[in-house]
Amino acid sequence: MKKELKFKVNGQPYDIFVEPKKLLVEVLRDLVGLTGTKRGCNSSSCGACTVMLNGMSVKSCSVLALQANGTEVVTVEGLAKGNQLSPLQKAFLDHGAYQCGFCTPGMLMSSTALLTENPKPTKQQIKEGIDGNICRCTGYNSIIRAVTAVVKGEYKEAK
Amino acid sequence: MSNYSVIGHRVHNVDGTEKVTGSGKYTFDVVLPNMLYGKILRSPYPHAKILKINTSKAKRLVGVKAVVTGKDTLGHKQGIWRRFPELCDEEILCRAKVRYIGDAVAAVAAIDEDTAEEALDLIEVEYEPLPAVFDPMDAIKEDAPQIHEGVELNININRHIEWGDVDEAFEKCDHIREDKFKCSSQAHVCMETHDAVASFGHNGKLEAWTSSQSSYYIQRLYADMLDMSESDIRVHNRHTGGGFGSKFELDSAQFCAAILSQKLCRPVKIVLSREEEFTATKRRTPMYYFLKLGAKKDGTLLAKEVRVITEGGAYTAMGATALYLTGFFSSFPYKYPNYRYDGYRVYTNTAITSAMRGFGAPQSTFVGESQLDMMADDLGIDPIEIRRKNGMTPNYEVPGQAFIQSCGLHQCLDKIEEHVKKRGKLPPNHGIGVSAYGFMSGGIFNWFNTPYAFSAAVVRINIDGKVDLYTGACDIGQGSNTTLSMICAEELGVKLEDVRIFSGDTGICPPDLGAWGSRETLMNGNAVKRAAADCKRQLLEFAAAKMGANIVYDLDIKDRWVHLVDRPERGVSYFDIVKEAIRGKDGVAIMGRGHYTPHRKGMISPAYSFGVQAAEVEVDPETGRYKLVNVTTAHESGTVINPVGIEGQLEGAIMMAGGYGFCEDQPMDEGKILNPSIADYKLIRSLDMPETDILEIDTYEPEGPFGAKEAGEGLTNPTAGAIGNAVYKAVGVRIYDLPITPEKVLKALKEKEKQTKKAKKQGV
Repeated sequence: MKKELKFKVNGQPYDIFVEPKKLLVEVLRDLVGLTGTKRGCNSSSCGACTVMLNGMSVKSCSVLALQANGTEVVTVEGLAKGNQLSPLQKAFLDHGAYQCGFCTPGMLMSSTALLTENPKPTKQQIKEGIDGNICRCTGYNSIIRAVTAVVKGEYKEAK
Repeated sequence: MSNYSVIGHRVHNVDGTEKVTGSGKYTFDVVLPNMLYGKILRSPYPHAKILKINTSKAKRLVGVKAVVTGKDTLGHKQGIWRRFPELCDEEILCRAKVRYIGDAVAAVAAIDEDTAEEALDLIEVEYEPLPAVFDPMDAIKEDAPQIHEGVELNININRHIEWGDVDEAFEKCDHIREDKFKCSSQAHVCMETHDAVASFGHNGKLEAWTSSQSSYYIQRLYADMLDMSESDIRVHNRHTGGGFGSKFELDSAQFCAAILSQKLCRPVKIVLSREEEFTATKRRTPMYYFLKLGAKKDGTLLAKEVRVITEGGAYTAMGATALYLTGFFSSFPYKYPNYRYDGYRVYTNTAITSAMRGFGAPQSTFVGESQLDMMADDLGIDPIEIRRKNGMTPNYEVPGQAFIQSCGLHQCLDKIEEHVKKRGKLPPNHGIGVSAYGFMSGGIFNWFNTPYAFSAAVVRINIDGKVDLYTGACDIGQGSNTTLSMICAEELGVKLEDVRIFSGDTGICPPDLGAWGSRETLMNGNAVKRAAADCKRQLLEFAAAKMGANIVYDLDIKDRWVHLVDRPERGVSYFDIVKEAIRGKDGVAIMGRGHYTPHRKGMISPAYSFGVQAAEVEVDPETGRYKLVNVTTAHESGTVINPVGIEGQLEGAIMMAGGYGFCEDQPMDEGKILNPSIADYKLIRSLDMPETDILEIDTYEPEGPFGAKEAGEGLTNPTAGAIGNAVYKAVGVRIYDLPITPEKVLKALKEKEKQTKKAKKQGV
């Protein structure tokens, strides 16, 4: 039987009915219609489905949608402010920190969560912050450079 | 740096903003009205006859719209070596027999994935298990079970390459080494698994969206399998979540979705699960390598003899090419005066082995570079010196095989030597291993039997001066859309943002063989450059008439400025010329066409890139565990079109090639892959990733667009060998089979200790 799920996604309130077995990633993609969040393994091993839930990064394939009841979820679509990309998005562009782009939304969410929690991470902490995300294309180092550039204040948050 | 305005500059990928905002649409994201979801039932047996399939219970499940088996297909067999019908051996949906765990036997379309999944459990398949064989060394025995009818000793294909007089040359050698190696398998692990949305209309035409490296191949293979006319099939490819060699043959998602859709005239979407991705798609070819290498005392290599037996898996796939290329690249990057290769690809009841980034060359480079270090050690010669002594040079002909024009191998060796010297005396248990490599810029061979040019492009200039570039090339993340747009903009004299690229859509783009064999930059780049030049010539004809220049060749366009070459300040706006030219042509947009097929370039490729890599490891002798500390690569790929792209290829290749040497493996039990998940299949993650330094070497390739050549796959070749050599330098043990795991290192260390003790006891 479907149950009510009330939550906010990227600031927008949703009140929908979902089957209890549905995963957060499925609801975000199929019901809310935000396909930026990807699914690479369905076993919380690859990180492509990473989103922020109440400010913490979670793998949305390992969270039941109903567990998100009453929470605020941020997906990759929620990073830009209007037509202004977030500092991390800009840094990813400049540093070529993506190739095929399939892991990129998850990578951005893990990095955003990291900087929310710790705005001045060391290089080792950045590596730890994205260790749950697999990127088969870039070899990670361009991503680490992009995050480092944001940490150094090279990119300003849009007003 | 040259005075190019676009190429060689650091730019954002043309599709970058879509990727960092999550707005880019992948096949995984495609949803069509009235769409159904498909799932595939796969064989649990490595080898079995299909006696009966009962689908009636599954068909009765509410929400199921169709169930198909091999009987619903035409029974055609696909193969990418289309010129050789005997090598087209894969039905995809098996009719009478399954040959590996994962072979498809039925497919379901239902209103959602859960229902389709449930229906799979209701399909009853009666199998008669047959004796199976998993190791190619067993499969070639007389009494081994036969996997394909009429294929003796299960030998799928053999290749022979030879030049010089190898036997005579070995007689003249001062030192000969014979070594055996084993190269493991590797999974591509594309982040987007294989997927497809196939949609047949009531007009009998097929439209498909799929994650693929070659829309044209998929279109043509669909036509073969469905007995359709190619132009009645439109294949779309926008964003593809990785390919690495796994996505240019027709796969089960694509084929089953089409068969189901054909039955229902509704769109059907199939996305392979990660487990299917590991077990039922293709993988890197495991190889047994037998090497004999002969040299003079001074390190001059006189002869090499190579024998290879590869684990083919159940079907041919691209394995035939991997078999050939591993043989050819076993001679790389050295000038062997005498060389002989014999390779055998053997069918086994295991998942199909095929193309993967590097295409046989990561295997040949690991074994070759390991053995060369041992040879250098035997002769007391420095590893870099032995490579320098024998390394290829510009304008070298590989006898009867290939002609190498540009080659920066020696500059790369110099740079790496400097790097190693600069590191000075290393801390204990550290070692630096060196490995040299080369690779092709696209293949010349036409086993696909295409009547088309290998690459083609169309450029159209609109009234506002904006440029539309149409090409069949597929961007799978390697950035070809950006590189090709840059080539187009540079040639035409406009800015990168003036170019809009349409790629990989067979409905509107001219055919291109696709993104494999590191071919897009050189081959498609040449086609794009020629198409852009065709447009430019038309514009300059108008400009010449208007400006009164002597001849049209006195004019050029740069940064949207049409000008006299000798007096650049004299000119007119590109936009004005476009407007006038289109009006003058009675309103017809300016269009240019360009094609490229290599001619008279030997048997392999029109150009080759080269490099040398140094890997530094730190080994813990107590546990055998080691850390990849740094990987430094001196690399040349001709003129650099897209520097950000090349850096990405270099660093990314180290993750994949380092993984091949360091941790990636697919252990099997009776044909069953034991680690079909990302949790169990170990990849290099950010914490294991070494520092990666890049030393770019300038070269210019006369055959390439603006002098450019390959920069994609070659970089996958050196790392496993460099790691093996580094481990040896660090703790003195040599690992002969991949991956080089801590267990193997520890075992070898213990064995070494035992030998040392024994020697001491005997008083040696």
